[in-house]
Amino acid sequence: MSLLGDVYEWMTDADSWRGNSGITHRLVEHARYTATATIAAVVIAGPIAAWLGHKRRFGTLGMNIANIGQTLPTFAILVLVVQVVGTGDAPVVGPLALFLAMTLLAIPPIFTNVYTGVANVDDAYRDAARGLGMTSRQQLLRAEVPIAAPLLVTGLRIALVQVIATATIGAYAGTGGLGRFIIDGFALQDYPQVFGGALLVAGLAIIGDRVLVAVERHVGVNSPRI
Amino acid sequence: MLGQVRSYDGDAWVDWQWVGDHLDDIRTAAQTHIVVTAEVVALGALIALPLSLAAARRPVLRSIVLGVSSLLYTIPSLAAFALLIPYTGLTSRWTVLIPLVSYTLVVLLRNFISGLDAVPADARAAADGMGFSNRQRVLRVELPLALPAIMAGVRLATVSTIGLVTVSAIIGQQSLGLLIRDGLERDFRTLIVVGAALALLMAVVADLLLHAFSRAITPWRRAR
Repeated sequence: MSLLGDVYEWMTDADSWRGNSGITHRLVEHARYTATATIAAVVIAGPIAAWLGHKRRFGTLGMNIANIGQTLPTFAILVLVVQVVGTGDAPVVGPLALFLAMTLLAIPPIFTNVYTGVANVDDAYRDAARGLGMTSRQQLLRAEVPIAAPLLVTGLRIALVQVIATATIGAYAGTGGLGRFIIDGFALQDYPQVFGGALLVAGLAIIGDRVLVAVERHVGVNSPRI
Repeated sequence: MLGQVRSYDGDAWVDWQWVGDHLDDIRTAAQTHIVVTAEVVALGALIALPLSLAAARRPVLRSIVLGVSSLLYTIPSLAAFALLIPYTGLTSRWTVLIPLVSYTLVVLLRNFISGLDAVPADARAAADGMGFSNRQRVLRVELPLALPAIMAGVRLATVSTIGLVTVSAIIGQQSLGLLIRDGLERDFRTLIVVGAALALLMAVVADLLLHAFSRAITPWRRAR
């Protein structure tokens, strides 16, 4: 029980929250790393997956290529990128390595869900869109993507939760973020800090997930159910 | 040992001399990596299978099971390892097994349950009509029909476990990740490259093997 007491003390101590190595700063860093990587994955995989889904072509090939990202062990990628970019303790190397590793991790669930969502839009809606005189591009953007929105958001949610939890290992490559509490706490045998860091990561993941659910409810078109 | 004063090239990407001299160490690391991964996935599947059979037809249990497993997934592996050490011990394999098994549950449960969901009601009704007991229906109809989804889950779980096992090196447990970590700490690139390359290779090979295996055990899918 004393561990939980110490965790509570650490998390409620105003000093833990202040400064460049305080919780507030680390939370913001963590959110920034995960947001940039997830957005990059959406920008890279989203349009390709949507277009291929629209054409209903190369889905398996695309998913297999995207899955390579999930196959690659994140820790190995992180360390390798640091080696390739340069081991100098330049403050850019760690975050860059983390960014690449996290983007690779986020691509597969996004690709798979966008492709599957768009490819599985009912033919009736596709025909209706065509019947309204929409171009291929309009069909995709105005009919198929909105109808597939729930699945698109599911892919985004899986990617985001994974990235938030995994980005902690960036601390091993010298980045900031919540992983610092875990790595540094472990090195110092300061378990309350490790536990507190883990709680913050889990909390951030849950909040991120809830935010996406809420966004989907508000922005998403009520996809017609048959 | 003292006789070994041969010096290795720390800056080369791969010093093959070192690789040749340390094949045994590399083999041990790779073997441990495979064994731990197999244990994790096997334990995960053993837990997930009965749970998903129980949860597939019970909406409440299902949302509890899926909710709890996704919650476990939000805990970073590194933190889970570190936090288990006071209870399981630094060198105990359970320190690694417990968190990794819980992570596989998310993927396995989701896939197992959606596989069972996708069993057509007709097929189930036909099994009942043929006088199958519940047990026979599950074993002979539902599980075989859910097999593609089950195998897809096992494949994903295996590949992500191979990646996560490397992280256990940070708490000092034997695996390919330990080569990477030693390389970083001793500033010796060969170790990093060998460890990372083998981990990548292992994940890709496991993915392909399991893909081939799942095709082999579901021959009826190819007939289409």
